[in-house]
Amino acid sequence: MRGLAAGWQRAVRDLTAPPVTMGGMEDVTNAIEARGLVKRFGKTTALAGVDLTARTGTVLGLLGPNGAGKTTAVRILATLLSPDAGEARVCGYDTGRDAHQVRQLIGLTGQYASVDEGLSGTNNLIMIGRLLGIGRRETRARAAELLARFELSDAAGRRAKTYSGGMRRRLDLAASLVGRPRVLFLDEPTTGLDPHSRNEVWAMIRQMVADGTTVLLTTQYLEEADQLAHDIAVIDRGEVIATGTPDELKARAGGQVLEVTPADRADVAAVAELLETRTGGRPEISAESGTVSAAVEDGKLLPEIVRELDLRAIELAEFALRKASLDEVFLALTASRPEAAPAETAAAAAAELDRSAS
Amino acid sequence: MTAAIAPARRLGLTGGLRNSFTLTWRSLLKIPTNMEDLFSLSLTPIMYLLLFTYVFGGAISGSTHKYLQFSLPGILVLTVVLATMGTGMMLNADITTGVFDRFRSLPIARWAPLAGAILGDAIRYVISIAVTLGFGFILGFRIEANPLAAAMGCLLLLVFALAMCWFSALIGVVMRAPQAVQGFGYLLMFPIVFGSDLLVPVSSMPGWLQAFAKVNPVTYLTDAERALFIGGPAATPVIRSLLCALGIFVVFAPLAVTFYRRRT
Repeated sequence: MRGLAAGWQRAVRDLTAPPVTMGGMEDVTNAIEARGLVKRFGKTTALAGVDLTARTGTVLGLLGPNGAGKTTAVRILATLLSPDAGEARVCGYDTGRDAHQVRQLIGLTGQYASVDEGLSGTNNLIMIGRLLGIGRRETRARAAELLARFELSDAAGRRAKTYSGGMRRRLDLAASLVGRPRVLFLDEPTTGLDPHSRNEVWAMIRQMVADGTTVLLTTQYLEEADQLAHDIAVIDRGEVIATGTPDELKARAGGQVLEVTPADRADVAAVAELLETRTGGRPEISAESGTVSAAVEDGKLLPEIVRELDLRAIELAEFALRKASLDEVFLALTASRPEAAPAETAAAAAAELDRSAS
Repeated sequence: MTAAIAPARRLGLTGGLRNSFTLTWRSLLKIPTNMEDLFSLSLTPIMYLLLFTYVFGGAISGSTHKYLQFSLPGILVLTVVLATMGTGMMLNADITTGVFDRFRSLPIARWAPLAGAILGDAIRYVISIAVTLGFGFILGFRIEANPLAAAMGCLLLLVFALAMCWFSALIGVVMRAPQAVQGFGYLLMFPIVFGSDLLVPVSSMPGWLQAFAKVNPVTYLTDAERALFIGGPAATPVIRSLLCALGIFVVFAPLAVTFYRRRT
């Protein structure tokens, strides 16, 4: 009944756009806004002026290598740390001055599953519900509902100590959802999970976004950002070095890739030669599939190539134009940056690890 | 739906107390599942009683029974005061495992996680007191004052322990790892605990140590416990103990909460 009522309320709210602002504080377009965040730990600069924006109801992917400052950014936004400079707002509330309000709107799942190992799955969730001031009976129902949703019903009465890594992570995620947060922070939610558990977590994140939650997701995995994020901010050594949708970022990294697979393996060499003369670059040949791929800058080349293939009577199994992968983008973005002194990056990475561990 | 309600601006004292009780409930749930803790909690006083009574008894008081009557109130103090170190260690474990990160991201009173853990620990001290008294009776200890006074003695121990917990909590939130809490905590606690008339009369100590022992809160508490269990003037040591407990609370509780809030 409750879900139904919530659904209706959402539907009504969506229909009566533009949404009403609440108390003049609500920023309905951007659930997360950070400007010029700076955070230093001793001599290391974890964040060197970071701007972040997450549109309400979307997933912002914060992508970067270990020690880039992702966790620090999340900890500031989740009110666990205060920045040395800059300001951050969640649903219009300042993470410093209005921390108490912010905490009522967010859910946090850390890099290391922060469940209470000595308590059962059910009691972990009941504890959170009670702390949030939800009534006894309602908390119990909510816990059961979340445990079922995260496929933990069978282990509900067992202590979290006995859970596998994937189960713990799911319980952690469930714990951050007890209060139906409007903004969810997920700090590397799938690091160290097997592919099956990872897919489950992804499905759950999609479900939450479909329900209207705004998600900030940090990840080291390009595929994860590509799969889930509406917008991506690439962060490296405490700075945002690129932002955009996954497609925009891919387009920025040098256009598109043409992939041609001849039906007959004997034609591979001929196709490669043709692509080389037409695109001017050296094509790559996959020995396994017989696919020849080459970067293309100009879309007008394609009809010519098709005509030529036809002329030579080369039969095709596949002919595809795809965008450069995020991997290619990421390498291009990070490789073009001047190297910091290795000691400094190592220290920053160590500081980051240290903080997330404590 | 909660999301449609504008968030509250602040949380009152009653809200904070409710948070603390929820977290006390959490601590209590974990006691029966933590067998190692229960074991050391009940075996430590038994070991103290056996060792001190039979090793020191004859030498100090001429007879083990006489010494037991003298030392048991002291052993109660020793057990409970040293058990408060457990609070710091458990808090530290909560911090290092990330459980406290979750608490800090919730709209709860900032002091609730500490207060809740400490209230939950009260049950641990009740266990310590019960085991010490029970085993003491088996060895031949007898309450010479009236039972009501003895009950007050137990209550006073509990009050003092709850204050000492905040000192332990401070060490717990400052130190990096639970082992460091244990090492550093005992290093601080041993001189305070043993530099008192807890196990031996102060008169046998050198002058400088007597000076320290006479102003040591542990001495006040031990004197109060002796008076309440065995007899003698109780008012002065009881009032001094309560004032010390209050002082410890007033100094260390805000410090512990401050460092806990600052810890990143």
